[in-house]
Amino acid sequence: MSKTTTETELPPAPDDTAAERLSTAPVESDGPVGIGMFGWARWMWRQLTSMRVALILLFLLSLAAIPGSLIPQNGQNQFKVQTWKAQHTTVAPIYEKLQLFDVYSSVWFSAIYILLFISLAGCIVPRTWQFVGVLRSQPPAAPRNLTRMPVHAAWRTSADADAVNAAAHGLLRKRGFRANLSGGAVAAEKGYLREVGNLLFHLSLFALLGGFAWASLASGTGGKLMVEGEGYSNTITQLDDFTGTRFYNNQDLDPFYLKLDDFTSKFQNKGDQIGAARQFTANVEYYAGSDETKLKKGTIEVNHPLEIGGSKVYLIGHGYAPVVTVRNGKGDVVYSGAVPFLPQDGNLTSTGVVKVSDYGTGPDGTKTQMGFSGFFLPTAPLSFEGTGPVSLFPGDAAPELVLNAFAGDLGTDSGLPQNVYQLNTRKLTQLTQDGQPAKARLKPGQGWTLPDGYGSVTFEGYKQWASFNVSHRPGNAIALTGAVLAILGLIGSLFIQRRRIWVRAVALPGGGTQVELAGLARSESAKIAEELAELAVDLQDDAPAVEDEDDTAPEAPDAPEAPDASEETGAPTAPKTSSGSAVPADQNSKE
Amino acid sequence: MQLAAAVDPQLADLSNKLIYSAMVVYTLAMFAHMIEWTFGSKGAVAVRSKEQSGTLAETVATAGKKATKQVTVTVARSGGGTATLTRTAVAGEGTTVVTTGRGTDEEDGPGAAGTNEKADLAGRIAVSLTVLGLLLHGGGIVTRGLSVSRWPWGNMYEFSCAFAFAMIAAYLVLLAAKKKVRWLGLPVVLAALLTLGIATTVLYTDSEQLVPALHSPWLAIHVSTAIFCGGAFYAAFIATLLYLGKDSFEKRIAAGLTTGPLGTSASIWRRLPAASTFDKLSYRINALVFPLWTFTIIAGAIWAEAAWGKYWEWDPKETWSFITWVAYACYLHARATAGWKGRKAAYLALAAFACWLFNYYGVNIFVTGKHSYAGI
Ligand code: HEM
Repeated sequence: MSKTTTETELPPAPDDTAAERLSTAPVESDGPVGIGMFGWARWMWRQLTSMRVALILLFLLSLAAIPGSLIPQNGQNQFKVQTWKAQHTTVAPIYEKLQLFDVYSSVWFSAIYILLFISLAGCIVPRTWQFVGVLRSQPPAAPRNLTRMPVHAAWRTSADADAVNAAAHGLLRKRGFRANLSGGAVAAEKGYLREVGNLLFHLSLFALLGGFAWASLASGTGGKLMVEGEGYSNTITQLDDFTGTRFYNNQDLDPFYLKLDDFTSKFQNKGDQIGAARQFTANVEYYAGSDETKLKKGTIEVNHPLEIGGSKVYLIGHGYAPVVTVRNGKGDVVYSGAVPFLPQDGNLTSTGVVKVSDYGTGPDGTKTQMGFSGFFLPTAPLSFEGTGPVSLFPGDAAPELVLNAFAGDLGTDSGLPQNVYQLNTRKLTQLTQDGQPAKARLKPGQGWTLPDGYGSVTFEGYKQWASFNVSHRPGNAIALTGAVLAILGLIGSLFIQRRRIWVRAVALPGGGTQVELAGLARSESAKIAEELAELAVDLQDDAPAVEDEDDTAPEAPDAPEAPDASEETGAPTAPKTSSGSAVPADQNSKE
Repeated sequence: MQLAAAVDPQLADLSNKLIYSAMVVYTLAMFAHMIEWTFGSKGAVAVRSKEQSGTLAETVATAGKKATKQVTVTVARSGGGTATLTRTAVAGEGTTVVTTGRGTDEEDGPGAAGTNEKADLAGRIAVSLTVLGLLLHGGGIVTRGLSVSRWPWGNMYEFSCAFAFAMIAAYLVLLAAKKKVRWLGLPVVLAALLTLGIATTVLYTDSEQLVPALHSPWLAIHVSTAIFCGGAFYAAFIATLLYLGKDSFEKRIAAGLTTGPLGTSASIWRRLPAASTFDKLSYRINALVFPLWTFTIIAGAIWAEAAWGKYWEWDPKETWSFITWVAYACYLHARATAGWKGRKAAYLALAAFACWLFNYYGVNIFVTGKHSYAGI
């Protein structure tokens, strides 16, 4: 087809720029204006708050987040970081310098998002004011030449121009447009919620950031392991470990009491996922504050933490705790209790130690201590040959306890803190039998008479233990509110079209009335044409089209505009071409 | 010792068989589409707008003098040139719209079949086969869920099946809504087959109960929205690729060349919709999905809060979801930034989709994090 019939240029004539801008997005500026520091500073600020720089910063943000997902991070697993460093000794120091083990708190990552948020503030705040201004004023007046707008229609009618304008005004109102009739034309706009949504979305990003920041300044987590039947008070001395932050430290711990009554675990017992965990439930009793009479029962499961006071208690681990009784050579019970053993693999092969610090006097008559180290196997194989002591299944189908015995000095009196899961064998001697290390495989209820008159050990049975994460994290509500508002804002911003429609009916010098309609929307909107067509069809009730004699050239305003003869505002351009053809403009010219 | 809830092996087996059957049927559909494309090249490539102007003229003629109300709207195109839209209402019948014709200078092609009847038949057969495949596929997913009495998306195999299902279903819904998207058939069926192929070979896991970390209503919410987003991003990706291709083609034609990019046949490109149609389509899908993707991430964060005690831990899966999110935000921004529309924005959309793909396959396979499920 020939391209000559219509040549509608975008954007329209410069005097129509107000009409053209349908977004409050900042306009691009070219170069520094003015001179000296101030000019430059202003230019830099303009750049920082421009859409182009926002785009670049967003792109950088996504790039910068990548290394953290590929390199182990301190914030997640320090142990992994240590192993990684040990394996990559040459690059590790460089990575360390570049903060690649702490990507998300690194200087460069922070710099990007801080700049992004500064840019956002610098963009959003002015836009919000500007938008308030837009809401207060009327829709922008009709551009002088409507048929040069990107979407337009025109026809000739015999109806009275003022009546047509008034009808158009009414129709647009009925369609939910803000419409204003003045100067012989109607200006109307709809879809302000789009801008509201967009501003809301960007503003709520600040709420999200605030929630994050508050959480990282005022949260704390502690760990506590309890055997069934044990309880503890949430204080720094009774927690196994605690990491605080600036505004939540040792003294701020939420006071409560928590006791593990019992623990249930279920495992897959056949198929190719045999041994996979299926259910863990911790039944607990607790009270907030210090009022024992308020004791309540509760359960904690993997996806269901328990909220007590300002803290949430999460179930994070579990295992077995064999119950053993140790008697000395004289037959006195010197130790009795459940000892948590730590799982080493998916089938809960567990290791642990029993420390008997109050053993009393040994067979040689001197004061001594005893220690036992060993394995607990919930489902022990018939023979350890080839495999060593490993469990075959995490459930307790055939539990066994495997022990070695040591005598001597445990080192518990040195005053130094000790790891309860390890035996310091420096001053201990292993008991032997027939020249071999003394060892026993015990089933529940079985006892072991120790060699050399050291007494006996009885494996009474076992309990389960569970470990908990006690977490205090404020700011969640702020972040969640931000997130919900962000989604609402996005929906408004992406699904609502902001658009303008203008209608102008002018009495023609030779009699009759020329009706022109134009619409403007974002380029993505194909609907504006349909909307305009619907409106036009409706308007024809009041302004029926009249046939034209010279029907050859439908509205094609690129015929050199009669040099805008009428300069008075709102005055129409006298249409040079006749309109109202039933046939679309460029179909005549199709080959 | 207590044992976990049982698995119904018959149903699990039936599920596998149904999935395999669906793959067979999809393969047949794919062949039918290929035949459609091949035969389609033989027929003359009709110019749709010409056809339409014909129907328009006819309608107006039959409406005769009764057509009292008719409006033609002229739309300027970003590439220069114009399109028109005509709306006619017949008197006495209220505002019934008789026709909406659209003539453009970069018109959409007629579709894969061109004007060849055999090709059209092949295309119809392909669509019927796709529907049949979808039914089998859906049956496979449902029986899988029933075999373990839970939502059937607990591991990578199950996600992939559901994801391929979402993709095909979305395409068929568009077809049912009378959108002219049959040209999408071949790429969509191919993508679904690829996904199912990887699922049944690399990712396969037996039907089993879930680890406790996945016992949560958020599984249904978070994962199903993620699956939906995946399907839609995939569709937008295809549209973006086709936009780039068709855009090159249009430029090459304008420059006097006779073949498509990379030596592809002009006849294929000519039958496809216009570049601007693809561009709009990919933007619309991406824009539609973006809020849902945002929701998916937030739902995941809420779930993480319940399961792990922290809603955001920069776990690799979380990180890549974030990267994907920012990348799509970047793309949407580009569309709103002067000078960044068109091809540049399309490249960003491709990059964003690459992030999504890596998040889906790469993170589970190459990176270990908390998002590791039974099997893979
Ligand atoms: C913090 C990171 C940001 C994110 C995640 C983000 C995200 C988005 C998204 C998804 C849209 C699409 C909505 C639409 O098309 O209407 C959008 C639009 C927009 N953004 Fe951002 N944005 C961010 C920062 C910024 C910054 C720094 C600026 C200012 C320079 C900005 C200015 C805009 C504008 C003006 C629009 C609307 C353009 C239009 O009217 O279509 N954004 N943003």
